[in-house]
Amino acid sequence: MSAEAMLRPAPAVAILPSRGGIVGALSDLFWRKPGLLLFLMLAPPVLWLGIVYLGSLLALLLQSFFSIDEFSGLINRELTLKTYGELFLPANLDIIIRTVTMAAIVTIASAIIAFPIAYYAARYARGKWKALFYLGIMLPLWSSYLVKIYAWKLILAKEGILTWLFEKLHLMWLIDAWLSIPVVGGNSLSVSATGTFIVFVYVWLPFMVLPIQAALERVPGSLIEASSDLGASPAQTFRNVLFPLALPGVVAGSIFTFSLTLGDYIIPQIIGTSRLFIGQAVYAHQGTAGNIPLAAAFTVVPIVVMGFYLWGAKRMGAFDAL
Amino acid sequence: MTEARLSTASNQMTIAVSFRQVSRHFGSVKAVDAVDLDIRPGEFFAMLGPSGSGKTTCLRLIAGFEQPTAGSIEIFGSQADGVPPYRRNVNTVFQDYALFPHLNVLDNVAYGPMVRGVGRAERASAAEEALRLVQLPGYGGRRPGQLSGGQRQRVALARALVNKPKVLLLDEPLGALDLKLRENMQEELKSLQKALGITFVFVTHDQGEALSMADRVAVFHEGRIRQIGTPQEIYERPRSRFVADFVGSSNVLPPDFVKLHGGQPRWASLRPEKIRIGNGEAGQGVAGSVLSRSFLGATNRVTVEADGLRLQIVTPAGQPLPDDGATVSLHWLPSDLHLMEGPQ
Repeated sequence: MSAEAMLRPAPAVAILPSRGGIVGALSDLFWRKPGLLLFLMLAPPVLWLGIVYLGSLLALLLQSFFSIDEFSGLINRELTLKTYGELFLPANLDIIIRTVTMAAIVTIASAIIAFPIAYYAARYARGKWKALFYLGIMLPLWSSYLVKIYAWKLILAKEGILTWLFEKLHLMWLIDAWLSIPVVGGNSLSVSATGTFIVFVYVWLPFMVLPIQAALERVPGSLIEASSDLGASPAQTFRNVLFPLALPGVVAGSIFTFSLTLGDYIIPQIIGTSRLFIGQAVYAHQGTAGNIPLAAAFTVVPIVVMGFYLWGAKRMGAFDAL
Repeated sequence: MTEARLSTASNQMTIAVSFRQVSRHFGSVKAVDAVDLDIRPGEFFAMLGPSGSGKTTCLRLIAGFEQPTAGSIEIFGSQADGVPPYRRNVNTVFQDYALFPHLNVLDNVAYGPMVRGVGRAERASAAEEALRLVQLPGYGGRRPGQLSGGQRQRVALARALVNKPKVLLLDEPLGALDLKLRENMQEELKSLQKALGITFVFVTHDQGEALSMADRVAVFHEGRIRQIGTPQEIYERPRSRFVADFVGSSNVLPPDFVKLHGGQPRWASLRPEKIRIGNGEAGQGVAGSVLSRSFLGATNRVTVEADGLRLQIVTPAGQPLPDDGATVSLHWLPSDLHLMEGPQ
């Protein structure tokens, strides 16, 4: 058969018959009513989000407006702001300030460390180097969170590898000097706020790298060249073009690092001082103390803080380049 | 006396961009291979070639985005080796325009003055002036995303021109525009270049664009320049088969064909409009048979097969056309047969 004969349309049939069966009928139906397919696909996750997720969150919020009877230890189900008032007791306010400060510093440090990594991955890594980058970033996420934290405890401990290394380098005075500073210091790195900070940055770093990398990936190389062509030094190009365009990614990443730090209760438990973080306070109040209303009120704090954070980011134009 | 004359000569002969044996290799790929090139000040210079011929790499070498692997580049007499783009008084209009999406049109145009530390009021008025020059006054407050392709291209032009560059580089700037807009922009660019007196270097794969706009054209092929000359020279006296093929739709005749019809055994080119179609009487001209005809508006194009060769013939509209399959005779003046140096 010649090529022309092969390609000539078969006679008579312009409209093909239905494929038949239930699958064929459904295919035709979904093609005619795409909204139906969309509804069927979205209904389960919307139900999940709406009822299980938001519903339980609202139940939690409701709890925060209850109070606890100090003598009987029973929950008084009358709506009151008394529990929120307790948040402003010096001991509780101290916890909130400590946690928010730590979350802010961890976020800034993660962004500074993540940016060059993300920049390399987005602009230079190709082929197998890119695969290696993803593997390197994701690999720590595959291993157990607890194992990683205990590993860090060994690294940071007084008899740990870091101390050993600094002793060999005759730089032990550096660590000692740092540990003698109040607030950030302590007996050893593993029981200091500095240790908590190091482990937080380590554990949350992938959540900062990946969104920044995705944002940088969308910046065309010609924009960088255009900036340079118009006379901007590399530093000016970073400030005026690269950073503003990567900012949505930085903000997305910081939402992760900030909120994860605000809510975590395991890292400060294992590594750090005995001073509490919000997560630990929630854990203690809803568990042994049985003070669910105060635990709920503590949970509202990160939500409010994140709300202000996003509002501020929007005001600063962080989402203009989206 | 000789010395005096030489020095005045060299003053007058200041060259805008000069390439001396410039190569840019990417691994084993010779994107640009031993290119010599002199672009004169105030000239509208086109780099013409198919994709992958090295023309864009040459442009990027002038802009400073690429460094030559060998050879040297001078821009208005200054060595450009190792000089980063931001220290070159050369500006580029990018193929995709590369407008900053997070800045409005005015801030885009004022970007060059801004990074050079020009004050806010002064750079805003310079940017307004540049926008007026490209006929977009009052568009400063818009975002690039709100503009059409043609408007973006004008903004890109204004953003480059506001810096008063010594050389303006244009990388296929009209490629993304539709035909009507492209023709308008061609004329505008040409008159802008005349008015400003800036050296324009223009990269294109569209031979019509290169021929109609440029003062001189360099034809690129496989990393080398195959011919440099005025559009007339390139069109009428292509030096090689490649140039004849690529520039316009010339008929390229192999040596044995030329010999058969009474010429020297060399490659030759024959313009389609130089061939006259006769009525096929035996013993006159070259006999052939008509394969197809197409209507092009002002002209008709006839494809004729003669001695195993397909020849394109362009005739003015209104002349009677032979039928498909008809036997015709083809005639041309020996002087219209242009002999070439070789296949490349």
